[in-house]
Amino acid sequence: MKRMVSPLVLLGPALAWLVVFLVFPLLLIFAFSFFQRGSFGQIVYDPTLKNYLRLFNPTVLRVFLHSLRLAAFVTFIALLLGYPTAYFIANQPARWKNTLLVLVILPFWTSYLIRTYAWIVLLNREGVLSRLLISLGLSREPISFLYNDTAILIGLLYGYLPFMVLPLYSAIERLNPEIREASFDLGATPFQTFFRITLPLTLRGVVTGAIFVFVPSLGNFFVPELLGGGQRFMIGNMINNQFLKARDWPYGSAMAFGVMAIVFILLLFQAWITRRTEQS
Amino acid sequence: MRSQTWLRFHSSLVYIFLYAPILMLIVLSFNRSGLPTAWGGFSLYWYAELLQNRALLNAALNSLLVASGSTLVSAAFGTLLAMGLERIARNLVLDAFVFLPMIIPDIVLAIALLSFFTFIEMPLSLLTITISHIVFNIAFVAAIVRTRLSYFDNTLEEASLDLGAPPLKTFFKITLPLILPGVIAGSLLAFTISLDEFVIAFFTAGPAQPTLPILIYSMVRFGVTPDVNALATIVLSLSALLILIAQRFGGTEGFF
Repeated sequence: MKRMVSPLVLLGPALAWLVVFLVFPLLLIFAFSFFQRGSFGQIVYDPTLKNYLRLFNPTVLRVFLHSLRLAAFVTFIALLLGYPTAYFIANQPARWKNTLLVLVILPFWTSYLIRTYAWIVLLNREGVLSRLLISLGLSREPISFLYNDTAILIGLLYGYLPFMVLPLYSAIERLNPEIREASFDLGATPFQTFFRITLPLTLRGVVTGAIFVFVPSLGNFFVPELLGGGQRFMIGNMINNQFLKARDWPYGSAMAFGVMAIVFILLLFQAWITRRTEQS
Repeated sequence: MRSQTWLRFHSSLVYIFLYAPILMLIVLSFNRSGLPTAWGGFSLYWYAELLQNRALLNAALNSLLVASGSTLVSAAFGTLLAMGLERIARNLVLDAFVFLPMIIPDIVLAIALLSFFTFIEMPLSLLTITISHIVFNIAFVAAIVRTRLSYFDNTLEEASLDLGAPPLKTFFKITLPLILPGVIAGSLLAFTISLDEFVIAFFTAGPAQPTLPILIYSMVRFGVTPDVNALATIVLSLSALLILIAQRFGGTEGFF
């Protein structure tokens, strides 16, 4: 095996690609974030910390906090919906398990943009839900359910829920059922067993799932754009605007590194949890 | 027993949440009236409309080109990468680096690539989208092939080499046939992701050559038009079909 070819030859093409088209571009926008926008939207190579200081102006800070709160809320609901579902799938007979799991993953592999559009059809003023309420006599006139935080929340939840179920499933699947039985035999209630045995033992899955939902929710820009109607801003929209509309790339880059800093802290937290659960 | 019933009920609701909006689009795509709320009879009218739409067919072709190109390169590089990673001692830093594109928010990757192509003065085109898609597709192919390799019996390769087969022959006669299902599954996933990817394509596309998701975005931004339902049905079905085939070839395991 070792004699065949050096691992470096095998790793070479992929690593070279990632260095040129991932590391360089990231370093480039990192460098941009310390420069300034010229009057024509070009980059003026005059070092400054201004872009990072501008992240703390009240408007931007408010969008950051609002996005964090929204992403956290999406993650929390995804956990509430996802945990029982993952638990249910993990306890099905083997032949059902795979089918049920594929049914969870399948929507994730299809176009998120189109699945977001489906919610426009459902929630808009002339949409399915509005008409349904009228025909049931629950409303006299058409109501739009779009263009608010709830619509954005539903859109993000809809897109990223599979990300929560999968890691939870693999954590629950690995649980030894005898531990739970032992807990029952010793007189613990189902409630106690869940919070003191099952949940702590699947904590890794919870943290992984939470990060997989939180991170993309935080950076998403087309769900707030389509379901929030551009009225409700998230960080992704701000970065998008700086790059494609205001053409202030240095400022947009600084915002991107603001997001990256948050992601990095979360990953450190995940590594810490993983190590702690492995030790115990 | 009662908790089983409750779990079943809860999970059913989650599945309904996941599938009801998609099924609704599919049903509406066959609605002659084109309205979401009035049934005008079953019809393929909106599908026929799509075939008249030049811009749309063009965007679909662009998407197929980008997906094919990025799949070919990432299948080759990703498979080699998986073999290389499997052969060296587990290196957490290297692992983290390779799978970085999966965890970075796509908007960050998108602006980084746009900045890079602008900086090196490379005009934005289908090529820049393809290059960008390879960045994350390598990770997907590598993850799947690597799972396959972890079941791999090393002694087969050893035997082949001991019997005097050169390394390249050993690779094509022994290694590749054994990991081929993984390579096929990984390639199908990569193709599907590339076909549906919007954010990075949106930032790295040239103005005259949109991919299908970019075109769909511009269509749905200005409200609901009935032909989008038909288009959505086709795109969703195609992705689902590709993924189900990938599932047959050893599946999507290897991610978590």
